[in-house]
Amino acid sequence: MKILVALKQVPDTETKIKVAAEGKSLDPADVKWITSPYDEYALEEALRLKEAKGAEVVAVSVGGEKAKDILRNALALGADQAVLVKATETGDPLAVARILATFAEGKGFDLLLFGNKGFGADNGAVGSMVAELLGLAQANLVTKLELGEGTFRAEREGDGGTEVIEGSLPAVITAQRGLNEPRYASLKGIMAAKKKPIEEVDGAIVTATVRVSSMVLPPARLEGRKLDGEVPAQAAALLGLLKNEAKVL
Amino acid sequence: MILVFCELQDGKIRKPSLEALSEARRLADGSGKQVGAIFAGGSVAGAEEAAAYGADVILKAEGPSLAAYSSDGYARLLADAVKAKGASVLLAAATSAGKDVAPRVAARLGAGYAADVTGLAMKDGKLQVQRPVYAGKAFATVDFESAIQVATTRPNVFPVAQCPKAGASEGLAAGAADFKAVVKEILAKAGGKVDLTEADIIVSGGRGMKEGANFKILEELAEALGGVVGASRAAVDAGWGIPHSMQVGQTGKVVSPTLYIACGISGAIQHVAGMSSSKVIVAINKDPEAPIFKLANYGIVGDLFEVLPELIKAAKALKG
Ligand SMILES: Cc1cc2nc3c(=O)[nH]c(=O)nc-3n(C[C@H](O)[C@H](O)[C@H](O)COP(=O)(O)OP(=O)(O)OC[C@H]3O[C@@H](n4cnc5c(N)ncnc54)[C@H](O)[C@@H]3O)c2cc1C
Ligand SMILES: Nc1ncnc2c1ncn2[C@@H]1O[C@H](COP(=O)(O)O)[C@@H](O)[C@H]1O
Repeated sequence: MKILVALKQVPDTETKIKVAAEGKSLDPADVKWITSPYDEYALEEALRLKEAKGAEVVAVSVGGEKAKDILRNALALGADQAVLVKATETGDPLAVARILATFAEGKGFDLLLFGNKGFGADNGAVGSMVAELLGLAQANLVTKLELGEGTFRAEREGDGGTEVIEGSLPAVITAQRGLNEPRYASLKGIMAAKKKPIEEVDGAIVTATVRVSSMVLPPARLEGRKLDGEVPAQAAALLGLLKNEAKVL
Repeated sequence: MILVFCELQDGKIRKPSLEALSEARRLADGSGKQVGAIFAGGSVAGAEEAAAYGADVILKAEGPSLAAYSSDGYARLLADAVKAKGASVLLAAATSAGKDVAPRVAARLGAGYAADVTGLAMKDGKLQVQRPVYAGKAFATVDFESAIQVATTRPNVFPVAQCPKAGASEGLAAGAADFKAVVKEILAKAGGKVDLTEADIIVSGGRGMKEGANFKILEELAEALGGVVGASRAAVDAGWGIPHSMQVGQTGKVVSPTLYIACGISGAIQHVAGMSSSKVIVAINKDPEAPIFKLANYGIVGDLFEVLPELIKAAKALKG
């Protein structure tokens, strides 16, 4: 079995966002870069399938030189191959999907694992788009995955409860928290990864379909008031304020 | 034409779909376009309601092949409808189905896609949207460069507005069920409760709740106020049997209710990202320095095990 895992490099979730001087993007100064949290579940699932059934795991990231850090980490965790597809990430999910689909096409992947959402752009789109571009089945927000002979069964979080999806392989699966518990890299893995190559290929040339024309911080919320008095009086006062001042009850 | 993918539940159009439909009407009025509401399913009884919310046309794809949801099946249907109608914009609510199908439709049409938008406008004949990025830590304005534009609207942001139109009914062929993946069953249906992302009032508990059984207190308050219960990641991770589907935050649900009550939640940046766009925030925490007070409209400093029972009493008195 051959598995593709798509990894996006994103700012650490602790990052205080600052807007760059051009007013359209994140100011990268002082930002610590990590693998997008949901992509870690995707990679872990691939590694578990490899251990259980045998598989070749190919980690792929679309981005610049810097993205090699997360690919190196994927090698340390146990990926067999790491590929940097060189392109500038602009936050257009269809552009990234086209680049990934062009890369994956004809390479015989049985399973393509994604995070359900890449932190930052927050599109939650690239996995489904790659599935459509390659004409494959998809299951998003997956918390449980079982593979059969040329088929899969996935559980996903839907608004009305857990949905059980059955479909054919090859398929795109996007990982949700709960799918597994990602491992940490061992020292041995980290050392071995230093010697492994990271392949580089040029990304397909694609046209943009969306463009960010400005980015702003949300209006600051004003610190409200703390109530005082005895507990029962505070409780009554709060409900009074919610009803008469804030008018939300 | 602006097409809106609408979802039905128990014969009624879901509220997030009505929000998207109302917004489509507003955009269409400003740009001389028509609005088409599109429905798909084993049965689409109830679709006519869309006329009251501004649909000039109601497109109905009905049949056994559509009874079970399929990402690829529904995407093909929607993309075909966009093409058949020559629609330039497709909207869907950012529900679990909307977010599942819309990007797939966009890819099929070579259309730009924007998820979870909180503001919509027509500019030079094309859609321009506002949307949260970095889990709401910033907001981006996105312009489209594609001929067709696809977007999902974030629930609880746009008002539902009545605007009666003709709502002329048209049937669409359901087609064969030659789908690559389908929903076979739905487990543990959350017994009629609304999803966190659609809830008007959310009462959330964090590590300060001490144990899972104490979430009963939150349930009682939520019930008294007509809301639902959410949780911080610390509460979900504590092994208290609280499912991840209840988690609010950057790696959980991003919510914008009218009222968010945070109980025993410190206000970590990842939690705040998921709830800071709530209209009114209340914090109950015994630590007066807890960061959650920085964004709370109203705060009660105290032991939640003393405060919550009093709030429940007061809420019951108010509502009763
Ligand atoms: C990649 C990543 C993603 C994350 N995503 C999320 C996410 O989506 N959602 C999320 O919530 N977190 C997320 N987190 C975790 C986040 O950093 C915090 O750890 C978490 O939000 C803390 O939860 P808490 O406020 O319940 O617990 P704590 O920070 O432990 O706070 C508990 C609070 O309860 C108060 N308290 C205790 N006892 C009482 C009492 N009797 N009465 C009143 N108050 C009391 C305390 O004063 C304290 O302020 C993420 C972290 C990472 C690294
Ligand atoms: N630049 C990228 N390189 C590799 N994978 C990506 C990239 N952008 C997005 N992805 C994958 O697509 C998923 C969804 O991203 P998004 O649609 O941007 O929220 C991510 O979790 C990744 O698995």
